[in-house]
Amino acid sequence: MDVQAIRQQFPILQQEVNGHPLVYLDSSATSQKPQSVIDAVENYYRHDNSNVHRGVHTLGTRATEKYEGAREKVRRFINAASTQEVIFTRGTTTAINTVASSYGREKLASGDEIVITPMEHHSNIIPWQQAAKATGATLKYMPLQPDGTIRLEDAEETITERTKIVAITHVSNVLGTINPVKEIAAIAHKNDAVVLVDGAQGAPHLKLDMADLDCDFYAFSGHKMGAPTGIGVLYGKKQLLENMEPFEFGGEMIDFVNLYDSTWKELPWKFEGGTPIIAGAIGLGAAIDFLNEVGMDAITEHEVKLAEYAMEQLRKIDGITIYGPEKRAALVTFNLDDVHPHDTATALDAEGIAVRAGHHCAQPLMRWLDVTATARASFYLYNTEEDVDRLVEGLLKTKEYFGDVF
Amino acid sequence: MSFNNLDTLYRQVIMDHYKNPRNKGEIDGDVLTVDMNNPTCGDRIKLQMQVEDGTVKDAKFEGEGCSISMSSASMMTQAIKGKNVDEALEMSEVFSRMMLGEEVDTDMELGDIESLQGVSKFPARIKCATLAWKAMEKGVKEE
Repeated sequence: MDVQAIRQQFPILQQEVNGHPLVYLDSSATSQKPQSVIDAVENYYRHDNSNVHRGVHTLGTRATEKYEGAREKVRRFINAASTQEVIFTRGTTTAINTVASSYGREKLASGDEIVITPMEHHSNIIPWQQAAKATGATLKYMPLQPDGTIRLEDAEETITERTKIVAITHVSNVLGTINPVKEIAAIAHKNDAVVLVDGAQGAPHLKLDMADLDCDFYAFSGHKMGAPTGIGVLYGKKQLLENMEPFEFGGEMIDFVNLYDSTWKELPWKFEGGTPIIAGAIGLGAAIDFLNEVGMDAITEHEVKLAEYAMEQLRKIDGITIYGPEKRAALVTFNLDDVHPHDTATALDAEGIAVRAGHHCAQPLMRWLDVTATARASFYLYNTEEDVDRLVEGLLKTKEYFGDVF
Repeated sequence: MSFNNLDTLYRQVIMDHYKNPRNKGEIDGDVLTVDMNNPTCGDRIKLQMQVEDGTVKDAKFEGEGCSISMSSASMMTQAIKGKNVDEALEMSEVFSRMMLGEEVDTDMELGDIESLQGVSKFPARIKCATLAWKAMEKGVKEE
């Protein structure tokens, strides 16, 4: 994998920030976009823009072909059985809310349990809190090991015959933990529960195979994998989706509208009320083409090496605390002694280095870690060991700076 | 920009307030208490004020956050002590304008607060600096 050639395809990376070449280490928040994605969106608006599934005219046909073509690209990317199982949403959050509402609120009753983990992003906590409140179901948390991993014994223990839904992140956006979602899905199925996997941090980095994972729902966002913001995917098993009510009602999702009731289109369109996110879906298709050209296995391999290198280098810094397990996805969350992460992030920014600081939309996990905030450096296929070196240099300067003023 | 420019943000007096916060702690008895957090970053403050006859007799805070939010809380409590509520609110208004980078023309004695002027050059940090002031406003308006 030629990282320098890849970097050339990301125009945003070719700039200086505060007088230094930009080092972008915040891809877990949102990734940068390759030229091919920018071009695909631009070309669509320049040449093909039209509404889908209705116009008889040429542009309408082209837009529909591109939109549905993107769906097929997603299907192949995640190895779903059919495009009927691929629903375009606004992002991971909407995808999870769709399931929490159309499946959760319909199927849950008092006495039922929803099992999640303390490492979930808020978007995989709050929809379940609300579904539990609305139905009288109980929300249960799987325990974590001190290093932020899940033991299958604990999953076996927490998931019982009362469990109806298990919702778990594929990859933690804070700890970098890669969860054994396939094994957890098997445990859930043994108890007749369904599994939703939050793939926001999984889909951009790992080769996905729905047939192999055997999860019931998988949610992810385009913008973390090179696509524009505002497009995401809900994968769901066909027989589950068929038995769910639509999440949003309106145009585009109906079959026949009477004065007092209506019928829905077939899958996947019954879940795509309103004019869909056409340009976003086309952008996502282009991002998938881009990732496939590099190869998902090559991307994972590159990122694993980079994460290992980052851990090795960061650990040499005196007074650094690194959170999460040894074996991890491409991100490192840390704190420097006596320097608040916001101050760390501001200091690094002065050096042209972009990291995230805060609670990372995971307040329960912050409490589990017993911190109020952390700094996080996250990597993608365009990051290099030099980026890690710049980060380490920046952190050493930060320590020195705040050491001096204190 | 280099690390030297960080000095426009992290002035010595700010770091002194961060390291040696004034009025940190709790006030005993029945006083105005406001809890506020910055949901985007997790900073939080518990501000207590003893207001008698429209005057802030005492103000103390507890909290967790970055150097900017905590030093600002320290300076704010220092600034409003002994002021009447209207003066405190006026000062908050002046501070907000200062954060927007506006020229502030006031007869008010700003003292250490002025050292936070540099925050206006770091838009991502303005909310850190205004947290304590927002808590104060909420408290006296509820009074």
